[in-house]
Amino acid sequence: MVDRLDEAFQFYQTAIQLRSQRQEVLAANIANADTPGYKARDVDFSAALREAVGTAETPRLPDTRLSLTSPRHIPAASSGTGPAPLLYRQPAQPSLDGNTVEMDVERVNFADNTARYQASLTLVSSRIKTMLNALQQ
Amino acid sequence: MSMTNIFQIAGSALTAQSQRLNVAASNIANADSVAGPDGQPYRARQVVFQVAPVAGSQPGQAVGGVKVATVLQSQAPFRLEYRPDNPLADAAGYVAMPNVNVVDETLNMMSASRSYQANVEVLNTAKTLMLKALTIGQ
Repeated sequence: MVDRLDEAFQFYQTAIQLRSQRQEVLAANIANADTPGYKARDVDFSAALREAVGTAETPRLPDTRLSLTSPRHIPAASSGTGPAPLLYRQPAQPSLDGNTVEMDVERVNFADNTARYQASLTLVSSRIKTMLNALQQ
Repeated sequence: MSMTNIFQIAGSALTAQSQRLNVAASNIANADSVAGPDGQPYRARQVVFQVAPVAGSQPGQAVGGVKVATVLQSQAPFRLEYRPDNPLADAAGYVAMPNVNVVDETLNMMSASRSYQANVEVLNTAKTLMLKALTIGQ
């Protein structure tokens, strides 16, 4: 039962987590709008979500660790999963100092992401209400 | 917890932009300061911004706030004005004035204040979203 509930909310949890991660990246872009050489970053949301819920066409490899046989070995590890990979934005008008943040683009994306984040929250809230209703029957 | 990182990121940008505003104010205020404490005319100052990665972020995945790396003094030559009656004038009657470009500084000030506003808006939005997230299931 709890498993089923967890499964029912898993998708929304992942989506909200990715939205808040993207929000952070966009906030960093706006914060660095005047930093010379800063390259604007973004997350490909739908690809990241597909990957997070495990329906990506090419799933990422699992974490790989070097086996340590001596205390002097370096515990190197490559993480396969984790936060969605950050991509670089293609600027329409890069500035002379190497900064590729375009304030209008960032603001639009920020507002868009905010609206979608709130939509996800509303959806998950109504989903919880549905579940509660079903429980009370 | 990425939402709290937004506060850090936007907060650092507010600090950096207000420092830039401070420097621009100092430059404009001293646009005519012929002699400073060292006896030299005032030199225009500029802040240099740098990315400050958020603690705990992986390399290559680093998003971050801003910090002021250094405050540079402009090495542009001083503006020479012909004022033979000024006690600081040289033999030819010229006074070395600060190398502040008031128009540049005004633009700098406007740009800094716009960036500041954008970051305040980011902060407000992040706050709204966090409060909204607290109402899940209510």
